[in-house]
Amino acid sequence: MKSESPNSNAKNEVLRYRPKPHIWHFVVLLAIIAFCVFPFYWMVVTSLKNQQDILSPIPKFLFTPTLENYQRAVTKFDVALSLENSLIIALSTTALSLLLGTPAAYAIARFEFKGKRDLWFWFITNRMLSPIVLALPFFILARNLKLLDTQIVLILIYLTFNIPIVVWICADQFRNIPKELDEAATLEGYNSFAIFWKIGLPLVAPGIAVSAIFSFIFSWNELLYALVLTRKYAQTAPVVATSFMSGYDLPWGQIMATGTMIALPVIIFSIIVSRQFVRGLTMGAIK
Amino acid sequence: MAKERKSYSTGAFWFVAPAMIVLLVVGIIPLLFALWTSFQQFILTKAHFKGAILGVWPIFDAPFVWLSNYRDLLFDESFRNALGRSFLFLVINLPIQVVLGLTIALLLHRPGHEWLKNITRVALVIPMATTFAVVGLIGRLVFNGDFGINNFFWNMVFGHKLEWLADPNLAFISISIMDCWQWTPFCALVLYSSLTMVPVEIEEAAKLETDKWWHVLRKVQLPFMLPGLTAILILRTADILKMFDVVFIMTRGGPGAATELISIYIQRIGFRSFEQGMASAEAIVLLVITIILSRIYIRFIYREI
Repeated sequence: MKSESPNSNAKNEVLRYRPKPHIWHFVVLLAIIAFCVFPFYWMVVTSLKNQQDILSPIPKFLFTPTLENYQRAVTKFDVALSLENSLIIALSTTALSLLLGTPAAYAIARFEFKGKRDLWFWFITNRMLSPIVLALPFFILARNLKLLDTQIVLILIYLTFNIPIVVWICADQFRNIPKELDEAATLEGYNSFAIFWKIGLPLVAPGIAVSAIFSFIFSWNELLYALVLTRKYAQTAPVVATSFMSGYDLPWGQIMATGTMIALPVIIFSIIVSRQFVRGLTMGAIK
Repeated sequence: MAKERKSYSTGAFWFVAPAMIVLLVVGIIPLLFALWTSFQQFILTKAHFKGAILGVWPIFDAPFVWLSNYRDLLFDESFRNALGRSFLFLVINLPIQVVLGLTIALLLHRPGHEWLKNITRVALVIPMATTFAVVGLIGRLVFNGDFGINNFFWNMVFGHKLEWLADPNLAFISISIMDCWQWTPFCALVLYSSLTMVPVEIEEAAKLETDKWWHVLRKVQLPFMLPGLTAILILRTADILKMFDVVFIMTRGGPGAATELISIYIQRIGFRSFEQGMASAEAIVLLVITIILSRIYIRFIYREI
């Protein structure tokens, strides 16, 4: 599949390696695109079919589309409320984690202090922590503080993975700022907070954007905490997605309509920012 | 690099303190509470609230049993099985995702068909951005035994249908396929970015030297991919130990316990059997495993900090 044989004529041509575009390269790329898009496409298509077309043992690729499933889903499953909850929670937790995370990232990138390694390790471990570890005690504590089923409790607990994302990505970015800039600013009479605020932050704006994108998407997609800590009023969109999966004779069309409404905004958003998205994946990952 | 010229350290505290305090409150206090609960025979439906210290730390009348939860856990086969299943899932899926991801990365790196490669890069973002719970819903739809499209194709090729989500082995394969669908693109994009960091001159010189693409891969490209590979290893290990959403929606850990990965298992003990004490002990053990693994991994790539 990937037998990539360099063109043997290359030496005789200009001294550059430029293989001719191969047809199999084209075909395989198409196959990859199809593989990535198909499951999602199938969900969207299913959401536009009526139940009879969905249950047909021979999948129908041609059918009369209907929006009925969307109407039903919105009225039946509180989808609108859950999407609103998801949006509020994801935006608030992203804003808070930027507010708290960027100074910490700056300190880790710029200052030498005791326990820095441990602090860094602690931040990173939070990223690796299974949510179930915190979900159990958080449930009991939140229940006693009467915080169950509120947006606040989710905003707070999402900070446990969002602050590490911000610190991870931004610390990496702050390290790339030349120290001479700081020294020049110090001579100008800037204190360290002014240096951070006026010089550091604007220079790492791309990193901040990337970490904001990621913490938004992670919060939007989170299920386990939301499942454990909400009941009705603060339910987020993914929790609603779990709620129909019991019993027989499932309303597949409505389920897929709900799934589309949950996933489509984030997918469109990610495609628009796909360049930053890909950079974000590699920022913390590659040095 | 950072150690050559040390900056003044005054003020570092004020930069770090807000994040630290918040993480202490939302991260460490619950963790200590979990540790405390793990020493109790804490049945969620039976434990009665008796008041709270400082209004925050609740006291329950659950019997204190010291380490007996941990002792039971040692001899608990279902816990070990769930943990083993998570590692099996990791060992099966990680190599598949890395190899497929590397293939895709090389295809994206290969010259030609520029516009199609641009589309491919955008398409690769779609699986990763799909809400995990929705990936689970898609899995239910695609692998449905009666009308699933997967079965339709299987039937076309092999002439019979399979009960994908009802058979223990096939259910495990089904969730693996969904995981590969979602995370192969991640490996592909990370490795692709690593490939673009190979200096063009070196790569071209190497390609003029040899006709074998795998020589170029091993001697020239692989060294540049090592950090990316390590990052994939770390993040995928963490994510598979955390994996919950897709499995919870697709199979709830079933049939039987065939797909009951560790997070699903602990969630069942804690919230469906209500044995919070036991579940806390299991969560603490999982935490210790995670910390040990991250320590090992971080030794490899975050040495410079």
